[in-house]
Amino acid sequence: MSVDSRRRKLVQAVWIYTAVAVLLVVTLAPLFWLFIMSVSPAKELTTVPLHWIPDQWDFSRYTRLLSNAAGIDSSVSAEFLATLRNSVVAAGGATVVAMVTAIPAAYAISRYHGRMPLLYGMIGTYMMPPVTYVLPLYIAFSVMGILNNVGALVAVYCTMLLPFTTWLLKSNFDAVPREIEEAARIDGAGTLAIIWNVVIPLAKPALGAAALLAFLSAWDEFFYALIFTSDLRAKTLPVAIADFAAGRITDYGLVSAVGVLAALPPTIFAVLFQRSLVSGLSAGSVKG
Amino acid sequence: MLTRAQRREVEGWALMLPVLAVMAVVTLYPLMRTVWLSFTDAELPVGETVPQWVGIENYNYVITDPDFLDALLRTLHFTLASVAVELVLGILVGLLLNQPFRGRALVRSIVILPWALPTIVNGMLWRLSFNPDYGAVNAMLTQLHIIDQYRSWLGDPDIVMDMVILADVWKNYAIVALVVLAALQTIPSDLYEAMRIDGAGAWSRFWNLTVPGILGPLTVVMVLRLIDCFRVFDIIYVMTRGGPADATKTLSFFVYQESFAFLRAGSGASYAVICAIMSAILIAIYISLLKRQETLS
Repeated sequence: MSVDSRRRKLVQAVWIYTAVAVLLVVTLAPLFWLFIMSVSPAKELTTVPLHWIPDQWDFSRYTRLLSNAAGIDSSVSAEFLATLRNSVVAAGGATVVAMVTAIPAAYAISRYHGRMPLLYGMIGTYMMPPVTYVLPLYIAFSVMGILNNVGALVAVYCTMLLPFTTWLLKSNFDAVPREIEEAARIDGAGTLAIIWNVVIPLAKPALGAAALLAFLSAWDEFFYALIFTSDLRAKTLPVAIADFAAGRITDYGLVSAVGVLAALPPTIFAVLFQRSLVSGLSAGSVKG
Repeated sequence: MLTRAQRREVEGWALMLPVLAVMAVVTLYPLMRTVWLSFTDAELPVGETVPQWVGIENYNYVITDPDFLDALLRTLHFTLASVAVELVLGILVGLLLNQPFRGRALVRSIVILPWALPTIVNGMLWRLSFNPDYGAVNAMLTQLHIIDQYRSWLGDPDIVMDMVILADVWKNYAIVALVVLAALQTIPSDLYEAMRIDGAGAWSRFWNLTVPGILGPLTVVMVLRLIDCFRVFDIIYVMTRGGPADATKTLSFFVYQESFAFLRAGSGASYAVICAIMSAILIAIYISLLKRQETLS
């Protein structure tokens, strides 16, 4: 290798590592700041000039939030725990409904002719702004007396999760070889038995990724939850956080601690299942 | 008695029945009902008055409403600026993550962290950071001597939208970067080698090999991001509630207020229908891109 090309390689490496360093700082600094706010004593967060790194790390907000012990902010803790539970039930319920209904539908779209237009139709409705559907749903729920009900949230989350899950599973089922199914069919297995015994075991990782993505998009949902829920019986965590951030809580550290706890499940999932998440999200972008 | 082909056809529909039934109830019915409401003078809460058919009166009002036009222009500002910045950043970061360097796998995982953050938590984080009295952005910029006094980032109608865009781009550009990266990885590296041997410079390799290789996926993700930005609501609600002085009141926020703050369901529905039609244009483009891919593969 000539001196010249070695020099060029070095210059290139310097550029790359500088760019990576900038990227890391810009990505991580706000995340660290969220965490640092959550462990800084309230006083340090309101000093000018700002004290960046706390002298003492104060994890008490987390224990207070999670233990629901009586105290100055026991109402915050009660709200956090109740809305956390509602979020888990709503997202979990919607995910179960989505998986149970989407698996046979995705199989049908993958294996039977002429079903693609329906899938495109579903994708289209899923991408519409929620304001398109919200008024009639609100009126119907209020007539039925199920406003402020987690079950109603499960129903509206289906508008997002069903098309998305069906689409994701369909492209995965396309990749399951049909020869194995044919063998099972010759042995006399019916279609449901084939889905259950052949397709599902072969597509297991894809099913896991689809369920995960479904859960996370319901976990993230805000608009419907804001409109359809009003108190602790059904309010979800994002709605509670929006209230807290708007000044319901004056201690930034406490708002941040709630934010960190709400962000933990999706960030952990994202890191652990990076590969399937990315392929799920870019499904349709890189390969249809 | 059904033939085997007919039986198979029935079975195919039966498998889809649960999804189609749920979708009919939670999307198809509300969609048609919204259109119907848009021709009435309905108000919330329902039941107190019987909605009267008013024909196209709502639409006459809506299309001449200057506030609605302003909301549309703000939405276009948010959408076009966000997506443009996301595309530029996404391409740059995608190219960077495709270069060989130490710790590349770790950096790739870190880059998706903001994307994984719930939208509401992201909005809350930036709202606190932009706080005029104690926010981290003011503190950092004064300590670095970039600004000499604290500013009200979210209180100034002239800059507030750009601050919201900044917060949204920070979270969402990563998906563009990852799509670009995935596309780059499908370009065989020996093609680059071949072009290099033929004497093509770095710029020519970029234009003739990299750009055509990522253009398709980039277009798809761009349309996806346009659709998503056009319906922006959550981050606006948390960071600014449409303020100050309506400077961040986008279409979705406008419709939300008309329907659930002013309780005018009829005109709220006609605003919603107009938003839906505009979204539908983008969605139609997206689906035609999907169809093209389906026929290619």
